[in-house]
Amino acid sequence: MEKLKVGKGELFMPYDADESRHFFKEKNKKLVNKLTTVPEAVEKYIPDGTYIAVGGFGGVRISTSVLHEILRQGKKNLGLSGHTSTHDCQILAAGECFDRCDIAYVIGLEARGLSRVSRKYFESGKVKFTEWTNAALAWRYKAAAMGVSYLPCRTMLGTDTFEQSAAKEVLCPFTGAKYAAVPALSPDVAMIHVHRCDVYGNCQIDGINISDADLAKASKHVIITAERIVPNEEIRRQPWATTIPAWCVDAVIQVPYGSFPGCMEKEYFSDEDHFALWLKKEKDPEEFKAFIKKYILDTKNFSEYLELCGGISRMNDLRFDELLVNPNTK
Amino acid sequence: MVKYNTMENMICVAARQMEDGSSAAIGTGVPTAAGMLAQKLYAPNLLIFFEAGAAGPILPTMPVSVGDSRTTHHSLLASTMLDTMEAGQRGLLDYTFLGGAQIDKFGNLNSTMLGDDYHHPKVRFPGSGGANDLGSFCWKIMVVTPHAKKRFVEKVDFITTPGFLSGPGAREEAGLYKGTGPFRVITDLAILDYNNPKKRMQVVSLHEGVTLEQVKDNTGFELLVADKLEKTPPPTDEELRILREEIDPSGFIIGRG
Repeated sequence: MEKLKVGKGELFMPYDADESRHFFKEKNKKLVNKLTTVPEAVEKYIPDGTYIAVGGFGGVRISTSVLHEILRQGKKNLGLSGHTSTHDCQILAAGECFDRCDIAYVIGLEARGLSRVSRKYFESGKVKFTEWTNAALAWRYKAAAMGVSYLPCRTMLGTDTFEQSAAKEVLCPFTGAKYAAVPALSPDVAMIHVHRCDVYGNCQIDGINISDADLAKASKHVIITAERIVPNEEIRRQPWATTIPAWCVDAVIQVPYGSFPGCMEKEYFSDEDHFALWLKKEKDPEEFKAFIKKYILDTKNFSEYLELCGGISRMNDLRFDELLVNPNTK
Repeated sequence: MVKYNTMENMICVAARQMEDGSSAAIGTGVPTAAGMLAQKLYAPNLLIFFEAGAAGPILPTMPVSVGDSRTTHHSLLASTMLDTMEAGQRGLLDYTFLGGAQIDKFGNLNSTMLGDDYHHPKVRFPGSGGANDLGSFCWKIMVVTPHAKKRFVEKVDFITTPGFLSGPGAREEAGLYKGTGPFRVITDLAILDYNNPKKRMQVVSLHEGVTLEQVKDNTGFELLVADKLEKTPPPTDEELRILREEIDPSGFIIGRG
């Protein structure tokens, strides 16, 4: 019989379904007010060494305020799920906050180009990494969300991506077909930015969900930042709109424009000038250091960052951009 | 005849490859421009999927991210990444457009790293993203890339995304779906395909003003040549007008040509 291949990458987060079930059994299911602040949530749920995952899609519906606070509090040795990690990776690499990473997509900012700072960090030898794909990581979340230890899929087979992953080939017990088995991934903490939620953490997301419903179910703790907090009645009026329920959630913070400079469906578009500024500043290490100090380390909170980036008038512009009605754009 | 640059030419050539009624998973940049142009001129029923979860959009302008809100504009579905990936896995996606730092004669792609030690790369790139997934699932893989010797190499430093791997039959042996694989490569010089028993890259059509020697000089491996070498029609005035006025008026992508 043919020998089945085994990826030689390190599995950073081994998963045990029974242990995981006990954790969720003990998790508080009561509807309690979970409102807190970004600094408190980061301090409480993200000690050094925590394995984190960021919802959204790198520059779309990301939890920027929480990422900034991780830098401000000088968190170190975090594990990172690099599931289309673009601006989130850029922020965390700037603070050298993580030392291990499951890579599906890092360093790049899609059509905008590559982050020099992220690239240098991954080339520096300071980060251990294991290779995956976007779908593989999404199915890893899905497996943990289902409470099973792996899922079969037909990706990565035959490639170096597989060889440097921690996946294993398996044969289907029914057909004999070969699959890549990807192990469940249950991050310690997920940070997810949503359109609205109540004080208990029942969340609604407009637009694409990406992998966030599975991520929220897979993670041990979930920090939610929301554009706005709404009354519980609004959630109960249309429960079919709830994408992340309260029992997944540990902390709730209201952060308007909380995905900036990323895009937020039907709210505001991404600030491409600000993304370009990051890439420009990265060209000179000293300038970049000063930039991070001024915009993140020396700002008390996310509102101060927004002020530095143009405040309400800039946000208004991005609202027009989102709706394709900006009078200043041709 | 309107003048055009290499980027515009590649987009126009790519747009002509998909038949009406087919489906395509596309990324930002050239693929999106090609998909939009195809929808406007050749394939009004082209069903576009984005890997972050949107499907069936009527794109108003170029997205910057495959997850931004342009991708859901007037779309039929705003769902999850796995919804797109699973559509691919069950055979629903005809085309995908991929790129990379390196491609070899079997169409294997590298977007992960340069060097010979994975853990200590000379240059580290983003990695697969959804490329390996779409390159494993979609029926026909198209690559749009500038033609250069350092890009078209004998052996890629890292196989991020499977082409025909080591040759005929290798994809199936590895466990990938039957009948899937590299379809065409569109460069600034030529159109290439793999339509021969060896599953090796071959030139099938030369762009306007390009010689076969030029294509060979810019390829780092022995290139096969199709029995009948065609000439690629240059972009039409209408293609260029739509591309410049409606699809990319700010020159975000075509300005790079």
